[in-house]
Amino acid sequence: MTATMIRWSRALRLPDAALGLLGLLGLALLWELYKALGPADGWSIGGTRVLPRTTDLAMPHTWDVLIRLGEPLTAAPGAPPLWVAVAQASLFSLGIALAGWAIGVVVGFALAVLMARVRVAENAVLPLVVLSQTVPLIALAPVVRSWGSRIQVAGVTWEAWMSVAVIASYLAFFPVAVGALRGLQSPETLHTELMRAYGTGWWTTLVRLRLPASVPYVLPALRLAAANAVVGTVVAEVSTGLPGGVGRMILEFANFASSDPARPWAPLMGAVALGLLVAGLVGALGLPLARYRRTEVPA
Amino acid sequence: MTTPGEPPTDQRAAAVEVRSVSRVFGSGRQAGPVVALDEVDLTVAAGEFVSLIGPSGCGKSTLLRLVADLDTPTAGSITVFGRSPEQARLAHDYGIAFQQAGLLPWRTVRANVELPLGLHGTGRAERRARAEHLLELVGLADFADHFPDQLSGGMQQRVAIARAFAEEPSLLLMDEPFGALDEMTRERLQVELTRICAQTRAAVVFVTHSIPEAVFLSDRVVVMSARPGRIQQVVDVRLGAGAAREDTLRQDGAYFDAVTEVRAALHGGEPARVVGVENR
Repeated sequence: MTATMIRWSRALRLPDAALGLLGLLGLALLWELYKALGPADGWSIGGTRVLPRTTDLAMPHTWDVLIRLGEPLTAAPGAPPLWVAVAQASLFSLGIALAGWAIGVVVGFALAVLMARVRVAENAVLPLVVLSQTVPLIALAPVVRSWGSRIQVAGVTWEAWMSVAVIASYLAFFPVAVGALRGLQSPETLHTELMRAYGTGWWTTLVRLRLPASVPYVLPALRLAAANAVVGTVVAEVSTGLPGGVGRMILEFANFASSDPARPWAPLMGAVALGLLVAGLVGALGLPLARYRRTEVPA
Repeated sequence: MTTPGEPPTDQRAAAVEVRSVSRVFGSGRQAGPVVALDEVDLTVAAGEFVSLIGPSGCGKSTLLRLVADLDTPTAGSITVFGRSPEQARLAHDYGIAFQQAGLLPWRTVRANVELPLGLHGTGRAERRARAEHLLELVGLADFADHFPDQLSGGMQQRVAIARAFAEEPSLLLMDEPFGALDEMTRERLQVELTRICAQTRAAVVFVTHSIPEAVFLSDRVVVMSARPGRIQQVVDVRLGAGAAREDTLRQDGAYFDAVTEVRAALHGGEPARVVGVENR
């Protein structure tokens, strides 16, 4: 599927960005198609609705959502346009997500190096790493917030957004830990023996061999971590009740579903844009690392 | 390169001295221990080219790995220029090349050749000059800025050989370096190798299972037998000792005689059987 699309885009000489835009248009088309053809009351099996209603209340037209973005947030005089409010909230969340991503990457990498260094650590830590992801975020959020509020080191007070960043990092570190471990262990025996023959120590081997070899495994892990950090930020904003971000905005705007049906969709689009932006930023990280994605053709 | 406290490299000492070395794999837990090497004695003089040849499982690669300190003998002792293999390894006394080139794919050809120099703190300018010289020697000067995946298998192997020579080692350990190459590339690289060896005066321990290759390259061919790995016979070849060999040597009568002698030694022992353990 993806391969076919890439071949098409090559044939049509479309840049990757255009292909992405095409995908978005396709999604909008699908939305409108279902809205036009689907039953107004949706479709239910035994009282459970499996397909949504297609009324303007449940599914506003895509263009209505876009138009609504340009209109003022509230009827109050001097209110900013909706898109500005959404963009501000998204930027606020972006900062937290990036902080969470960075913490997650550092922690994940440190764990991976530890596990690669000490065989015992791999056996002891890896199950815990996997286990950590089964703890529901909703259960974790209040704990982190209450612990955080008691921390006060050298005049730095724990702020609410830090709890959100920590929770986001909790989701972000997992793919990094697993991906980096796999990458650090990826060099062949041939290469590790070569380094041994050169009399290099473990750290030099890490820097010269294992880290470069791990790049093809780490880059996708960083992307996954970025997506996880955004999801974690949005969910943690909701569950810790942090105002100002796109998560809280989704919750607040849901109240307007009947009076202003296009409005709840606006922060959702903000969250989607946020995810795309973060994934794009991380993707750009891979550009200067292109040489590490080369593979040796067997002789 | 000698650090205080270590015995210094003794240039008068033999390049490699192997004294009644045994290596036994698998201590009982599986089907029983496999004796890869049994009471092997071998001396390689400085500047001498010695090939190890024998059926699969005769322990020729194991012997090479023991000399390189990539493995430790169960019994017996090995010295490299008068010191232990570990000291020799840490002092970068030897260069090494394997059947696979083992180049780092993210480094250019030049950077791959510079790798051992960089690891041992050679300055940038000197590194560059060495790499340039070595790449010229293996005929890849024009490919210095290419990446390994842009080269053919034979070219990659030549880079690996240049890398093995990077630190001007007085001992070179080679484990079937031409094993994966086609016959034509193989013969060309053999000629190149003898030329480089004649220039650098390095001793070479060369593992192969090609009789013509062993005879063409070597001063002495060590014929080994399998199960347990033992030295069957040592054949003196010394075709045009010390000098670079030319392809015309392959039509020489003495060459054919030596090939016949090595073949006889190989088949004179136990008939070659298929054995399970191969350590490359």
